[in-house]
Amino acid sequence: MNRFQLTLKTCILIAALVILIGLPPVASALEATFYIGLFSRILIYALAAVSLDLILGYGGMVSFGHAAFFGAGAYVVGILAFHGIEGSAVISWPFVIMGTDNALISWSVAAVASAGLAFVIGAISLRTSGVYFIMITLAFAQMMYFFFTSLEFYGGDDGLSLFTRSRLGHMDLSNDAAFYYTCLGLLIGFLLFSRRLVNSRFGMVIRGCKENERRMGALGFPTYRYKLVCFVIAGAGAGLAGALMANQTEFVSPSLLHWTVSGDILVMVILGGVGTLVGPVFGATVFLLLEEFLSRYTEHWMLFLGPILIFVVLFARRGLYGSFVERKADNG
Amino acid sequence: MYLLLFCQQFLNGLQFGVMLFLMASGLTLIFGIMDLINLAHGSLFMVGAYLCATVFQQTGSFMLGLLVALPGAALVGIVVEVFVLRTLYARDHLDQVLATFGLILFFNELTKIIWGPRALFLDVPEALSGTIEIIPGAPYPTFRLAIIVVGIIVAIFLYFLITRTRLGMLIRASATNREMVGALGVNVNLLYTLVFGLGALLAGLAGAMAGPLFAVEVGMGEDILILTFVVIVIGGIGSIRGALVGAILVGLIDTLGRAFLPALFKLFLDPATADGVGASLDSMAIYILMALVLAWKPRGLLPAHE
Repeated sequence: MNRFQLTLKTCILIAALVILIGLPPVASALEATFYIGLFSRILIYALAAVSLDLILGYGGMVSFGHAAFFGAGAYVVGILAFHGIEGSAVISWPFVIMGTDNALISWSVAAVASAGLAFVIGAISLRTSGVYFIMITLAFAQMMYFFFTSLEFYGGDDGLSLFTRSRLGHMDLSNDAAFYYTCLGLLIGFLLFSRRLVNSRFGMVIRGCKENERRMGALGFPTYRYKLVCFVIAGAGAGLAGALMANQTEFVSPSLLHWTVSGDILVMVILGGVGTLVGPVFGATVFLLLEEFLSRYTEHWMLFLGPILIFVVLFARRGLYGSFVERKADNG
Repeated sequence: MYLLLFCQQFLNGLQFGVMLFLMASGLTLIFGIMDLINLAHGSLFMVGAYLCATVFQQTGSFMLGLLVALPGAALVGIVVEVFVLRTLYARDHLDQVLATFGLILFFNELTKIIWGPRALFLDVPEALSGTIEIIPGAPYPTFRLAIIVVGIIVAIFLYFLITRTRLGMLIRASATNREMVGALGVNVNLLYTLVFGLGALLAGLAGAMAGPLFAVEVGMGEDILILTFVVIVIGGIGSIRGALVGAILVGLIDTLGRAFLPALFKLFLDPATADGVGASLDSMAIYILMALVLAWKPRGLLPAHE
């Protein structure tokens, strides 16, 4: 049985990888380049969902505010690009930070800034647990939403358009296929990183906290610090996803931080399977494809999405990937 | 002059706080007793607002609107409880968040289909459209004053219901130990449905009264829902007293912050910067308050079970 599952899992992963790698040439050949953009979006949301699953599925921290880090990452790229075009400084005191559209710089800054935000939000939120934690992360995300809404200089409510996509060495990211492969590469990189992370000693402590935090504390682990570091890593992942999102749409606005985005990412994780690393990728794919195709048939697609969610919760408790491919907690 | 303005804004804050209390008391009861986190509570607020607005526009009677909206919201709440939420009590909070998120999507879309995507704007009912000078020289809208009065009545009613009646005793008992209450022969399912209906009714009441003040639109429930979360986190989950204190605190700080923070910053910053800083700080003020309260008391100001 175990052997069969292993092969089934491997087969599915290889098939998914082949499809994802082969998608751009096939889509171009069929003149359906629209799908390259759609799947870039899927990969980006998948990255955000995997980062959420690190704290949700492995750490047991139900965060309903992941959009804060996602949106903050996007805004960092947007703001840096805005000043890069103007040739002006983002801040001139106490030190000068110039705007830039160099992906290596702006994407890293986005991840670091989101990690910093996650550190502050996490440090306060992790003092609580359970349902308090859910509500507080939601409230902090809402706070960030209002913060970016009030940034009149960067467009306020209307958001900020990017002049071009970021520069990444000699790659031309304005080419959709090149951008798609960048997203795919980053997603696979983050998955491999997460796989190492959850199987490391650090990951074991985090998973132990999910099972029984008090016992981990009694064993001598400073659980608060471990959870906070995990929260910060997840924030950085979401920030990177946000940076990609800003490039995908070449536009950032407070709607990226809307609380429904947090909900959507949460749904992707659960749809795919909590506590599996590949699950959220499947969840993001199914969710966004469902959105795409339901909205073609009816503008009221949410009327169907809502009940579908409820059914998944009530009947497929371990999510799609979790229910069909894996029975036990995933080791990556 | 400033004092009068302050009094008016203070009353506005109180009125907003009362509205938050109506939402928060239901939500905190439902959480305290059934251990259920219900994101769809905002949808019940919206249902109340739309029902009242429709009847009010058709008949011209706000009272009639209330008479339809309150039982209507309670009924919707009870139907949702019986068909969806009842199975979720034993599940963990994550499942509850997800299922009730699905409910929100469903209700928002359904509302859009029935009432259309455009917001409804209501006039204040005729009988309450005047102003009253409760503080000499500072006329205050009667309708807002009526909301404050309704809120005080509800708070007193809830206090008596919870502490003085048999139903209240059962509610407190099942918050402490539901199995034991069930074993003593009480129909716990029925009790839960009743409590949920009561919470829905209060949310509907808040929604109905919010109609003439805010735009009645899809998504109005979620804005107030998130504020309600802030309220009950500050007050302490499961505690009605905490909900009252938290609601008034949030209502006052939000309203007074919006009114006075930009002016305050103008004292020591140039006007353009002051407007910018003020605008971002006033919308963030209550979240900062929440962060401070949590840093000080992680379980809220007045937690239900110490």
